[in-house]
Amino acid sequence: MTSAAPVKTQYEAVIGLETHCQLKTTTKIFCSCATDFGAPPNHQVCPICMGMPGVLPVLNQKVLEYAVKAGLALNCQIASYSKFDRKQYFYPDLPKNYQISQYDLPIAEHGWLEIELVDAAGDPCHKKVGITRLHMEEDAGKLVHGGSDRLSGSTYSLADFNRTGVPLCEIVSEPDLRSGAEAAEYAQELRRILRYLGVCDGNMQEGSLRCDVNISMRPVGQTKFGTKVEIKNMNSFNAIQRAIDYEIERQTEALECGELIIQETRLWEEGTQQTISMRVKEGSSDYRYFPEPDLCAIELPAEQLVQWQSELPELPAHKRHYYETELGLSAYDARLLTDDRVVAEYFESTVVAGGNPKQAANWIMGDITGYLNNHKLSITELALQPQGLAELIVLIENSTISSKIAKDLLPELLSRGGSAKEMVERQGLTQIADPGTLTTMINEVLLAHPQELEQYRNGKTKLQGFFVGQIMKKTGGRAEPKITNQLLVQKLKG
Amino acid sequence: MIIDADQVRKVAHLARLEITDTEAAQLTTQLTGILEYFEQLRELDVSDIAPTARAIDVSNITRPDELHPYPHPETFLVGAPNPEGDFFKVPQIINTQDVEP
Repeated sequence: MTSAAPVKTQYEAVIGLETHCQLKTTTKIFCSCATDFGAPPNHQVCPICMGMPGVLPVLNQKVLEYAVKAGLALNCQIASYSKFDRKQYFYPDLPKNYQISQYDLPIAEHGWLEIELVDAAGDPCHKKVGITRLHMEEDAGKLVHGGSDRLSGSTYSLADFNRTGVPLCEIVSEPDLRSGAEAAEYAQELRRILRYLGVCDGNMQEGSLRCDVNISMRPVGQTKFGTKVEIKNMNSFNAIQRAIDYEIERQTEALECGELIIQETRLWEEGTQQTISMRVKEGSSDYRYFPEPDLCAIELPAEQLVQWQSELPELPAHKRHYYETELGLSAYDARLLTDDRVVAEYFESTVVAGGNPKQAANWIMGDITGYLNNHKLSITELALQPQGLAELIVLIENSTISSKIAKDLLPELLSRGGSAKEMVERQGLTQIADPGTLTTMINEVLLAHPQELEQYRNGKTKLQGFFVGQIMKKTGGRAEPKITNQLLVQKLKG
Repeated sequence: MIIDADQVRKVAHLARLEITDTEAAQLTTQLTGILEYFEQLRELDVSDIAPTARAIDVSNITRPDELHPYPHPETFLVGAPNPEGDFFKVPQIINTQDVEP
């Protein structure tokens, strides 16, 4: 008798992200110290960020503006009343022994963003990810651990407080994500939005965008969450995806073996491509939050909100949708072009100036991107203006020049800019499409190569290419290929 | 007693204060006395009064994002017990539950 194998429990991952974004301000959140990365240690500090007694922190207006704009772009409700709180804990990177943050009344709540994914069939699909809250807070200092690369094993640490008080915006997602790929896409879209707004440069290597992941597993169909594990230390989108995929596998295996998942913080190790236990969380920490008495509440006037709302740029998801539905681009092209706001704007200006969208997309993502990468330039530094690119595209489209000639013109256009049309006229590069002129030239070429002509007529028809080449050589590549070929075949056949 | 010795020891630990058992007992009595005053306040009906964090009703105080570097950042290091180069040197960090959040 055979017994049916027990049905294996299928597990699903429940993932939420906490993202800390450094706001791109000149000065710190509560004092007038610089926020620049890379200054000598402890040179960008003052009595306020060092937590000296008797000082008065005052909120940076730009921090408030950037946080509210980020909240609006993430479809959040902006609080009518918001305040700061003190979060108390002892750690050597925190000179005041408390961090000024926001606890129960964050500046923004209940938002969402939409991510674009690729389904099993390879088609684009969309998913809304909830944003629980967004709040303002100050960053802590930086520790260099002595005697070891890591905290464990080090015998002392060195504290640098330049980063102390640098403005952060913490954005907490709902636990709506289900895979490493979804989480990585969420983080990328969040970064895109923040960069479009110009409120954060999103540089993960320099730590201006840091993601912590909360992940738990549960049997499919169960609504209750499993025990969650926090993962830190991922400094690329790719690392986020791999850390989550690793953790899903680790936790699933443990559950299948009947083990319990322990609530802990784990570190992603890039070298070994795995997560390692950093510390076990014993219940929730007691931060003894209380309202920050030195800072006033925030009650934004309605007209201020309207003003900031009106200053929001068109966001990447909206642009992608427009490119796909109105401009007829593929989801792939739309995604690539909208990744960086300045590239998207260059593309749009080219289209407005009359350039065919698909052609404009190809030039920008191909030759232009290649040129920018080689010369380490931003598209805003490119000599070729969108108007010039549009002209070039129109010249090809109306057969004034061949695409071969367009490619030849490109290096000069890219480095010096100017009008493609003028350049074509000046250099006499206009395509020759007049049958009369072409026939004359074809006759000349055939006369000059009697031997090849004879071979052709004896059946070596491959030589047609040789004749086309000769005509192109004679015309400097300006012969219109289609008409040339038609006329040539007639003449060759005699 | 409104507060017991264990709670006093916990609060002391959170504030990184070392106290002896004698002090814990003494503080328990003293804190109880203080907390009893707050118990008295509970007699007032404040159910229709919104919580407040400060006595002066001021909101929206901000400053422009203008750089004014502090002219003497080095003074902090001079006053530190154990500077090393440009850094503040701190003792080995022990991995407890109250670490970096």
